[in-house]
Amino acid sequence: MSPRFRAGDRVRTRAVNPEGHTRLPRYLCDREGTIETVHAVYPLPDDRARGVSVEACKKEVLYTVLFDGREVWRERSVEPLSVSADLWDSYLRPERAR
Amino acid sequence: MSGTDDHDHEGHEQSTSMASRVGELVAKLEAKGILSEAELDAAVEGFLLGTQRAGGPALVARAWVDPAFRARVLADANGALDEIGVDMTHWVRVKLRAVENTERVHNVIVCTLCSCYPVSLLGPSPSWYKSLAYRARVVREPRAVLAEFGLTLDPSIDVRVWDSTAELRYVVLPRRPEGTEAMAEPELAALVTRDALIGTAVCRAGAAGSRDP
Repeated sequence: MSPRFRAGDRVRTRAVNPEGHTRLPRYLCDREGTIETVHAVYPLPDDRARGVSVEACKKEVLYTVLFDGREVWRERSVEPLSVSADLWDSYLRPERAR
Repeated sequence: MSGTDDHDHEGHEQSTSMASRVGELVAKLEAKGILSEAELDAAVEGFLLGTQRAGGPALVARAWVDPAFRARVLADANGALDEIGVDMTHWVRVKLRAVENTERVHNVIVCTLCSCYPVSLLGPSPSWYKSLAYRARVVREPRAVLAEFGLTLDPSIDVRVWDSTAELRYVVLPRRPEGTEAMAEPELAALVTRDALIGTAVCRAGAAGSRDP
């Protein structure tokens, strides 16, 4: 499984919070960020939490995605920071570089 | 169990029903002669003893005295742990990433989804690490949170928060305090507190023997 993104690529996180378990934190929904690290392929926890076996569940590349605090918190932003999360491929879509 | 280092992400709220389910499971395993209570106790005790090794300070002290080792810690923390004989494996091998504090950047670790934490490096996690307040606030106003821990960062230092939402675990590689040039590894390791490895404190010379609250 070759990674869809490379370090430095701009991405946007999924906007919709699905029913059931996901590892995309709500505060990072529909936010633009940058791929910081490309990790290995891991079982998708959204599937695993529904009781799908490790063998049968989807496997996806995991990425560390870096966000600017202003993009994350917008008008609720109180101080400068950057924050990253480790996100599975299907949580992300490509975003055109600015 | 999906076997993450400390906690699974699912179901902290269901601890009561989880406890009764675990109790039933243990009873069935015992009834079938697969596992005894004594074996289970020994496994749990071994795990807890393992967490008291607190490999984090040893890792940091070696990195401070050995630049080549420091480079390996940052490139492949698991490999570096193997070198100093620290085992992060409980049920499965957990991938560790060390993030380095510099003059320009201060790192802080959190798990906003629950309380994932490299327990074998840091010992049992403090209750504040699992609190909703820490998890919600440190990703929005980390400087304010750090100030409440007694750590006021220079405004020129960037704050970088790592939310461990997946199967990786993070540990902060703190800066070596000034005035510790003559110290040997064991002395240096004593300066490395749990909170410094999470990023809610920095290491200070003369902090040897002090305990995290």
